[in-house]
Amino acid sequence: MTALLEVEDLRVSYGKIEAVKGISFSVEAGQVVTLIGTNGAGKTTTLRTLSGLLKPTAGKILFDGKPLSGIPAHKIVSFGLAHSPEGRHIFPRLTIFENLQLGAFLRKDKEGIEKDVQRTYELFPILGERRNQAAGTLSGGEQQMLAMGRALMSQPKLLMLDEPSMGLSPIMMQKIMSTIVELKSQGTTILLVEQNAQAALSLADQGHVMEVGNIVLSGTGQDLLHDESVRKAYLGED
Amino acid sequence: MNTLPQQLANGLLLGSMYGLIAIGYTMVYGIVQLINFAHGEIFMTGAFGAFTVYFYLLPDGTSMALAVPLMLIGGGIVAILIAVGAERFAYRPLRGAPRLAPLITAIGLSLALQEVVRNFYPRADRAVAFPGLDGTHDIGSVTIKDADIFLVVAAIVCMSALAFFVRKSRTGRAMQATAQDPDTAQLMGIDTNRIIVIAFAIGGFFAAVAAVAYGLKYGSIDYRMGFLMGLKAFTAAVLGGIGNIYGAMLGGLVLGVAETLASAYIDDIPGMHLFGGGSWKDVWAFCLLIIVLLVRPQGLLGERVADRA
Repeated sequence: MTALLEVEDLRVSYGKIEAVKGISFSVEAGQVVTLIGTNGAGKTTTLRTLSGLLKPTAGKILFDGKPLSGIPAHKIVSFGLAHSPEGRHIFPRLTIFENLQLGAFLRKDKEGIEKDVQRTYELFPILGERRNQAAGTLSGGEQQMLAMGRALMSQPKLLMLDEPSMGLSPIMMQKIMSTIVELKSQGTTILLVEQNAQAALSLADQGHVMEVGNIVLSGTGQDLLHDESVRKAYLGED
Repeated sequence: MNTLPQQLANGLLLGSMYGLIAIGYTMVYGIVQLINFAHGEIFMTGAFGAFTVYFYLLPDGTSMALAVPLMLIGGGIVAILIAVGAERFAYRPLRGAPRLAPLITAIGLSLALQEVVRNFYPRADRAVAFPGLDGTHDIGSVTIKDADIFLVVAAIVCMSALAFFVRKSRTGRAMQATAQDPDTAQLMGIDTNRIIVIAFAIGGFFAAVAAVAYGLKYGSIDYRMGFLMGLKAFTAAVLGGIGNIYGAMLGGLVLGVAETLASAYIDDIPGMHLFGGGSWKDVWAFCLLIIVLLVRPQGLLGERVADRA
């Protein structure tokens, strides 16, 4: 079986500075794969390149068997790749309902869209209660739920989540992580970027540790969770 | 004739024209944070496009009821082509460049358009007579011309259609999304380049509508007409809160009324008798802008710019 997403020797630069220095990894359908690492490791850059917002300088990206390089960001969604960006980036002056509808911008099936909006409200009841409220008035955690719900509205084959727990209270973080577990159990394939290595590794099938633009260590979530160097560097143990 | 109701009506009419042009500044700014200083010249080319239809394409004696819609189409096509062409060939290559680069390009484009019209349009080195709509109507103590009725109706129709389009249509919502967060809009599958082109096109068309109204009302057009009208409309957009389409219309009306009333009445104030009359109206318009910006820097309907998370 070929993987849903295959990244081979990917390199990305900002001007003269190379932020991603030739990484390779893959995501199988149904898996949760996580990229962990500190700030500046190149995790966000990797996701932004996969969704077409940045252009790679070298390397191959195969999604569902099709090469993604050179395809503009607004077309990549239609391949089945959804990206919930770092910092949430909901549309603050549109309502929750309008935000969700924009997530389904390329879909034509009105009934299916309506059904998925309802499903999002079931997954995150608070969004349903506030459906006609401007999204900018939501709390950080609620905005994160909206960003995830909005990404799911495109019915993606692969959901990319960038730092979903960033800046959230422990309770809200718990809620977001359990939602990811729930999505996983429903069969959603997820590529998760996290600084909270403990949470990310404990629910991931595969994990990759990134350091200054390289993948330095790969393994199953459990392996990495118990790896000594990972524990020292990312899980705050001496 | 110079009653207060008449002056108010004059001000609102002038303001509708400012508002229509201001839409072009505010929509483009709202989406690409670019001040298209060539927009005044897009207004001017719209006027010449409409004049071309009337003078060169329509047979003599065509009724104005038929001519005006055709002039709107002709002027609209010219203004849209120039606005979209400016975006494609002058501004798009500079996206991501420092802000100063497109600003200087806009000023250069503005001068270039003036000179092209002056040098290549027949007899455009001086004012060109435009067909007027001069029939008058008395409503109480207020007298308005047919051209004024055209202006009011056109402004109301254009603004309502735009408000409906932006709030209700799929493309309108994509436009709002692009204005609020262009990168994320792309992640939704929105072709932001297409949205930007649409914003320029709508701005160009509205400028052409204002240009036809201008010609019908004042009976003459010239290659420099876009400079002051453009500056005033830009002022109106800033006054109302740049980026906000309702703000552009409101800013236009406030500016039109304020400068009309100032030039009519300010010399009645003791000690101000030297500052009344039409020659001072631009001064009062820009004074109003300065005062509003001191008190409310974001403009009348503008939102305070909040930090993005």
